[in-house]
Amino acid sequence: MGWYIFKRLIQGIITVWFIATATFFAMHSVPGDPLLNDRAVTPAIRANLEAKYGLDQPLLTQYVIYLGNLSRGDFGISFTQENRQVNDIIREHFPVSAILGILAVLFAALGGVLWGSLTALYRNRLPDYIIMFLVILGISVPSFVVAALSQYSLVTLNNAVGQTLLPVAGWGTILHMLVPAMVLGLSTMAYLTRLMRSSMLEVINSDFVRTAKSKGLPPARIFTRHQVRNAILPVITVLGPQIAVITTGGFVVEIVFAIPGLGRFFVEAVQQLDYTVIMGTTVFYGAFLVFMVIVVDVLYGFIDPRVRLK
Amino acid sequence: MTDIHVSDFRPLQRRSDVHGISRPSLSYWEDAWIRLKANKRAIVSLYLVVALLFFTLLGPLIWTVDPGLQDLDQISQPPGTDRSAEIVADYIAWDGVDPSAGSGARVIDVPTTQVVRLKWDSLPGANGHRVYRNLFPVGNEFAYGIPVGEYFDNAIDFHEDRLDLKPGRYFYSIVALAADGSVTQTYQTVEVDVVRVTTLSEAREQGLIQTDSDLQIGDSINLSAHPLGTDYLGRDMLSRLMAGAQVSLSIGIGAPLFFVFFGVVFGSVAGFIGGKVDQFMMRFADFVVALPFLLFMILFKIAFGIGPGESGIMPMLIALVLLMWPATARLVRGQILQIREQAYVQASQLLGAKTNYLIFRHMLPNTLGVVLVTLTFEIPKAIFVEAFLSFIGMGVAPPTPSWGSMSNEGIKTMLTTPHELIFPAVFISITVLAFNLLGDGLRDALDARMRNQE
Repeated sequence: MGWYIFKRLIQGIITVWFIATATFFAMHSVPGDPLLNDRAVTPAIRANLEAKYGLDQPLLTQYVIYLGNLSRGDFGISFTQENRQVNDIIREHFPVSAILGILAVLFAALGGVLWGSLTALYRNRLPDYIIMFLVILGISVPSFVVAALSQYSLVTLNNAVGQTLLPVAGWGTILHMLVPAMVLGLSTMAYLTRLMRSSMLEVINSDFVRTAKSKGLPPARIFTRHQVRNAILPVITVLGPQIAVITTGGFVVEIVFAIPGLGRFFVEAVQQLDYTVIMGTTVFYGAFLVFMVIVVDVLYGFIDPRVRLK
Repeated sequence: MTDIHVSDFRPLQRRSDVHGISRPSLSYWEDAWIRLKANKRAIVSLYLVVALLFFTLLGPLIWTVDPGLQDLDQISQPPGTDRSAEIVADYIAWDGVDPSAGSGARVIDVPTTQVVRLKWDSLPGANGHRVYRNLFPVGNEFAYGIPVGEYFDNAIDFHEDRLDLKPGRYFYSIVALAADGSVTQTYQTVEVDVVRVTTLSEAREQGLIQTDSDLQIGDSINLSAHPLGTDYLGRDMLSRLMAGAQVSLSIGIGAPLFFVFFGVVFGSVAGFIGGKVDQFMMRFADFVVALPFLLFMILFKIAFGIGPGESGIMPMLIALVLLMWPATARLVRGQILQIREQAYVQASQLLGAKTNYLIFRHMLPNTLGVVLVTLTFEIPKAIFVEAFLSFIGMGVAPPTPSWGSMSNEGIKTMLTTPHELIFPAVFISITVLAFNLLGDGLRDALDARMRNQE
């Protein structure tokens, strides 16, 4: 077990190195001048700026310095926001994205398990058709349309009631988080519903469920103790990668709902060509993704003894 | 024991009717086609996809309006709006004289989309006036709207509004200014119903009437038709949706074609060679999978750069191909590894088949079904990515329309003119839905192992 974790960690570090390298060379092939500003800069100032950001070094030296800084967890200084550390930016904005992502995953997982088992129990009857139609819809409608429509309905709702029941945009209280988290989790919920449905259909026809029925257990107990418990395993498997995907994929929701998360900040940094922030965010998110998957894989080995860790 | 003699046997007559196959033999693809035809959802989706292709390829030949042409008389018009407009004389500047000599805030002449002429009496204690325009009444919060004119002289008591007028109701407020130029709460308001008009010269310019037509001032004509309305710059929605479809679908279908092909080559080479090379190649694919997808899409897009006047389709295609191939490669490798162990491949090898023959005769044709299913599922993903990137402004460069960038423009005016968001959004959703359902159907029809899983 210890050897397995060690091996996965080494693999993870190599993957992060690959991500960092790809990011570095992609950013350095961006056309244009990172120090080109609206203000005219004299050659002396320019030379100073280049020295400050290390741009006067040859590319390979820059790469080595960059890797050295990364290994100490230092992402450098922002290009557009003077004297602001990229680490500070991430520390400030990432928790917002993370909270939103965790809420969205919770929502998606609860919804997916509930709807998935309902559709399996009511297979080929009206509830099944209605829910599966909604699921297909949830997969087909782009997230920005869902976000816009939900914002529109919030405005209508607040107007109809005459007071602000749920805030339309912004960040702060739990009320701000509810609707964006739902929108963010919607497509994952649709995906988990399909997964739960097919896994539940397998379980329903299995021998141990028949045994439970024939020994006279009440249906509710069979449902909770025997069916859901066994059918939920594939859902848990995909949950880990989904947490990372959702947390790093919240751009649209963060933009539409004006949430100060790292995704929105990344888009702004790209628009202003803030090199260090772009590189820092990408590597940070990449590392987050990689190690999330490792953590989930290791945890899964503890939860399900059938999974043999190689 | 009875003795059996040769004479006890007699040759059986050859009867072809016993061994004959009563039904025509079905190839794999014919069988799949029959299964697909039985699946109603898949067939409806197939029709939808064909209809979309017609819309994209033949639509611009039938509806020939230039997607970049601005119709400034009809800006942000929802579909089905009344298009009639009265012809008026060309605009002449107004000297502020009120022939009727009325009082209070009032409108002089008929308010038209050409000009709204306002006149008022100086407000008590005013040091000049500011004219505001709003779509709603002022109300208790003193929401005046947007300022359209400002005069620091009480002697000037008239204003001509020519700013971006649309037919409909406006509320103009004339607000008294304090000595320091700040806005007070003393105001007069006037409700104006603006009529749509056009001039002879404008109508001629747009080709609505012939040069020698005998239309007079006061007659009414129909402005150019826009079946799905216009956007915020007065461009025809239908022709933009068609042009956007070309962009969205060429990325959404083109990119998967490329990267699925690349994935097939990469995966089959890795699977066929096996050993160290296979391990190395698949480790590389794992690295690419580990890249945070959307961040790298954006990163690659800015790395490839969009020059002035370029649409940005190529960088997006390249970025998609670079990032999305590993899934197909893994799948095809798995398939190849399975097929390699099949008895018929070994038999073929025993009979002396060459490597090329094995690959092109046995391996690739047998992965084709899986590859086709993957392709169908990758198309909606690519369409989503394109729409998503264009939506956050990182996709195709304006003025090139794509469904995503149209949604991005439409969402800003969602509350007043929802059609600008709804049409592109509906097109994206229908396309993605059709390809998803078609993919489900194809998977059921082509892949025997995946059948009846749901």
